[in-house]
Amino acid sequence: MARASGSVFSRELVLAAIRDSFPKLNPRTQARNPVMFIVELGSVITTGIFILDLARGHTGSLWFVATIAVWLWLTVLFANFAEAIAEGRGKAQASALRATRTTTNATLRDGRSVPAAELQRGDVVIVEAGEVIPADGEIIEGVGSVDESAITGESAPVIRESGGDRSAVTGGTKLLSDRLVIEVTQEPGKSFLDRMIALVEGAERRKTPNEIALNILLAGLTITFVAAVVTLRPFAIYAGTATSQTVLIALLVALIPTTIGALLSAIGIAGMDRLVQRNVLAMSGRAVEASGDVDVLLLDKTGTITLGNRQAAEFLPVDGVEERELAEVAQLASLADETPEGRSIVVLAKERFGVRERELGEHEFVPFSATTRMSGVNMNGTLIRKGAGDAVKRFIVEQGGSAPNDLDRLIQGVAEQGGTPLVVARDNWALGVVHLKDIVKGGMNERFDELRRMGIRTVMITGDNRVTAAVIAQEAGVDDFLAEATPETKMALIKDEQAKGRMVAMTGDGTNDAPALAQADVGVAMNTGTSAAKEAGNMVDLDSNPTKLIEIVEVGKQLLITRGALTTFSIANDVAKYFAILPAMFAFTYATHPGERGPLQRLNVMHLGDPKSAIISAIVFNALIIPALVPLALKGVKYRAIGATALLRRNLGIYGLGGVILPFVGIKLIDLIVHNLLGA
Amino acid sequence: MSGQGIGQIIFYAVALVALGYPLGIFMARAYTREKLDPVERGFLRLLGRHSGDEQDWKSYAKTVLVFSVGFTAVLYAIQRLQGHLFLNPDRMKGVAPHIAVNTAASFVTNTNWQFYGGEYTMSYLTQMAGLAVQNFVSAAVGMAVLVAVVRGIARRSSGHIGNFWRDLYRSLVYILLPLAIIVSVLLISQGVPQTFHGHATATTLQGAQQTIARGPAASQIAIKQLGTNGGGFYNSNSAVPFENPNGLANFIEMLSILLIPAAQVFMFGRLVFARRHAWMVFAAMFAVFAIGVAVNLPAEQHGSPVLRNSGVNITQGHGQSGGNMSDKEVRFGQASSTIWTVATSDASNGSVNSGFDAQTSAGSAVPLVNLFLGEVIFGGVGSGLYGMFFYILIAVFVAGLMVGRTPEWLGKKIEAREMKIAALGALFVPTMVLTLTAISIVTHSGLASIYNSGVHGFTETLYAYDSQSNNNGSAFAGFGATSFSAEVGTIALILGRFVPLVAALALGGSLAQKKIVPASAGTFRTDGPTFVVLLVGVIALTAGLMIFPALTLGPIVEGLMH
Repeated sequence: MARASGSVFSRELVLAAIRDSFPKLNPRTQARNPVMFIVELGSVITTGIFILDLARGHTGSLWFVATIAVWLWLTVLFANFAEAIAEGRGKAQASALRATRTTTNATLRDGRSVPAAELQRGDVVIVEAGEVIPADGEIIEGVGSVDESAITGESAPVIRESGGDRSAVTGGTKLLSDRLVIEVTQEPGKSFLDRMIALVEGAERRKTPNEIALNILLAGLTITFVAAVVTLRPFAIYAGTATSQTVLIALLVALIPTTIGALLSAIGIAGMDRLVQRNVLAMSGRAVEASGDVDVLLLDKTGTITLGNRQAAEFLPVDGVEERELAEVAQLASLADETPEGRSIVVLAKERFGVRERELGEHEFVPFSATTRMSGVNMNGTLIRKGAGDAVKRFIVEQGGSAPNDLDRLIQGVAEQGGTPLVVARDNWALGVVHLKDIVKGGMNERFDELRRMGIRTVMITGDNRVTAAVIAQEAGVDDFLAEATPETKMALIKDEQAKGRMVAMTGDGTNDAPALAQADVGVAMNTGTSAAKEAGNMVDLDSNPTKLIEIVEVGKQLLITRGALTTFSIANDVAKYFAILPAMFAFTYATHPGERGPLQRLNVMHLGDPKSAIISAIVFNALIIPALVPLALKGVKYRAIGATALLRRNLGIYGLGGVILPFVGIKLIDLIVHNLLGA
Repeated sequence: MSGQGIGQIIFYAVALVALGYPLGIFMARAYTREKLDPVERGFLRLLGRHSGDEQDWKSYAKTVLVFSVGFTAVLYAIQRLQGHLFLNPDRMKGVAPHIAVNTAASFVTNTNWQFYGGEYTMSYLTQMAGLAVQNFVSAAVGMAVLVAVVRGIARRSSGHIGNFWRDLYRSLVYILLPLAIIVSVLLISQGVPQTFHGHATATTLQGAQQTIARGPAASQIAIKQLGTNGGGFYNSNSAVPFENPNGLANFIEMLSILLIPAAQVFMFGRLVFARRHAWMVFAAMFAVFAIGVAVNLPAEQHGSPVLRNSGVNITQGHGQSGGNMSDKEVRFGQASSTIWTVATSDASNGSVNSGFDAQTSAGSAVPLVNLFLGEVIFGGVGSGLYGMFFYILIAVFVAGLMVGRTPEWLGKKIEAREMKIAALGALFVPTMVLTLTAISIVTHSGLASIYNSGVHGFTETLYAYDSQSNNNGSAFAGFGATSFSAEVGTIALILGRFVPLVAALALGGSLAQKKIVPASAGTFRTDGPTFVVLLVGVIALTAGLMIFPALTLGPIVEGLMH
């Protein structure tokens, strides 16, 4: 995907966001956010008061009312800015995507040319090398290399071919070689590209369940603070103190959780955006949130936990055969074998015994076939073979020999260790066994440890038998495994975990993964996968990297943590704001002599200059903290896999305790400027 | 703080756990026993064929409301008609309508706010068949609702939360009655009167004639303490020697205030299979209780500047507890007065053994704030813990977010619906307190109730609505009954009781339907000390931030004035 520039605040983005902040002042837009709606209402009222005062010639506190009004408007604008900048990055990506949307004509099989936008599901089109693929579809004929950089940002071309799990092509990508016959699988205007554009633009953004729950809490607190402030007026009247509406509005805005209210939607948008930056497309915010809750991660063994292919690990000769001899023969049998397994035998023979590739005399390679299940070479009348145990044994018998006594023991031994035994034979005699092993990818153990600390259980899914699966599971450090997995057993496992109340995440790419992807709470489809898989999952990984799930979980958690941290911070801030505004409001209340400062002056622990500068400082702090925290909202509070209690303690310390202390410092500093420098 | 004071507090805490823990286990068993006893079976048969069936939360709430409305009507009728009824040796007249309504609401809501003096307003019939019965019944209603909510938390994928009649019966017969009998006997043994004879007349040492009010006091005192009712037999409540004759009686009464609420925390732990979590909830409650003591006791011991400068000797000495002894019993001294003050205001009890009105401003801020916390620090029987659930929900919601998981509590996911209930349950009453105080403090009819002018009058008004809205019932004194204050008070009483009650039942109903999510290393654990800190912090911030402006214009400014 066309990645927007990495910095949070690129110049164009900021300028665009500032422009976009103003239309969002529309009360109908604000009404979706009860906290900010109250602030806007407050801005309107204070502005009204200012105009009335001006008209009536009440110049006494005119500048004060004006200052408060300006900063209240700024508070709303800062909140709009936060949302706009979060949306802006998505918009930039969307316009880059839009540019690649194909506007060319497509050639139908019968030779007719129709605009790409009018293609219907079921149409069959022909795409030649150099052309842009006009729509999402399945290849029904041909193989070709496709440049998918428009979607994935990855410039290396990928191979797409008919049949199997790599038959899906995406509209907007470019065919580099060959010729493909493609059956269109999308309705007009509902291509993958269209969905991507809508997603990154945030056009389909709905509030997620957790966001709704948090909004309810914030609205509840806001209503209560409205009551606390509105009732303060009668209380003050009883105490013989007149309170101006401007001051009460300022107090209300300072108390209601504006910080989190202003940043809440930006946090949600940025969460989606962080996934997009990792080349993952989430079909809904709900899915992103759910990923933070994942309890069980189902990972396919091949390609995810192990390298895609088995590799030769050791040579095990039968009695009477030197290991070196076995290595040399095995190498000969593999010279023409271009499979990764074959290559790995050549490599191992070279590493162990320095057996080099050599010129063969007159020879004929015997390729692997499904019926013989062997491969090898015929050379100078000698027949060399390697293959599955029973196949090679049959070959030896055919050649008039018999299997050595200890061959079965060796075969058994390798199988028990979870490896694949490959028997090597020369003419009528078996020389030994090559141990082919699944190689666990580097660093997997650490990743699984990390997941365990996050509270996530990993289950390896494999078609291998139990013995093999158990060995690899142990080596990789996963918590559990499902051996001899079929789509049905996989589905049953997911349903079983869900019945126990757990949230399950999985990746998949094949059509037969589709039901399980749909059933899982978080189903990540590989972009290389079939369109059925992509339809079924609620996320698509454009890099087709199955370990990406771990990052997805982190993004989901970050999203919730950021909300929680800023909510705590926002409420904790109120303590300092009380100590700024209340002594200012009641500076002269119950004074021993009229006109003197009253006893509540002693609550002015920050020693703020005078009542008006104190109130202004609190409001300025309240407003400025919003843009100050925009980077945090966009980047997200860092998630650490240190266990829930430790994480909570840490975040409570930083955002709870810090939230109490920081505004005391901030308000004092602002007051120093407002009061002393400006002489307010 | 004196060594004796600290000793008393520790002894109190130890006794509370030592008696509360086994009682909690007993209560858990009493409520979960499947078999009905013969009387219970008869009671249910009397009510109708399906009266003992499992109920969903709405049906449960409806039964509670209808039941309470019925009892309010009966109580009103008894008060109005007492002049024409029996058991009235002192010929009390019918109670005035606005007082009767307020009193009926007050006793049905387990508040026992009293706009009247018991011994010279109510006949024995009203005291016993009306008020004392309500002391039992209103407490049992709170206990029943709590156990229904707890059942909802424990159940999974269920639509039902229990049966009100069965819960009510067991609260009354298995728990309240036996405990009340034990405490009554103990109190009678210490000299509290229990008689049906009318006022006694005695000749004092100076030869004057004195009328001494007496009656069936011990039985009512036992239940007023145990059921967090608080309405005394005598107007001056447990400061009167007949109601509270000596140190031992004082300790028994003081312990009875928190006994059932504390036991209910342990009961909850058993019923939801989360005993460590219950201990943490207990720890959070006890922490707030201890903070209250730690503020009130030194403040009272130190006295106010006026008192210190007045030349009165307030130093602590042999046989003298010293400090601000205004409106306090010399028999009990500072420490016992403080523990009682904090316990009664934490627990929605409202009985007193000293007057709050004459406490120092810092000291009197303690009960004022305690009430405002919503009576969840141990709180009223039943209502305290279910009120605490709202704060726990807010705490685990914020904590859940901060550890990166959709918040959950005891395996139940906390979603929009639960937050709605929690926000309503935790924030409705504080909002009402402020609103009613505001109405009362600027209207002529409201101001008519205030005896003291200035700051103190404000605190008295705030306290009156704080107490009634939170169903505490203790009075700051200096706040009189007018028809306005009685009517506004009645609104506070009823809404303050039933809004959180219905919210709690809705919460139980909502949680009962959910599946249980197994805990993992990523789940925030609610059974460690971090949770205690979090819960106390959430209570302090949410309730504290709301009361702070009012506090500023009440006790705080009063304390700073000198």
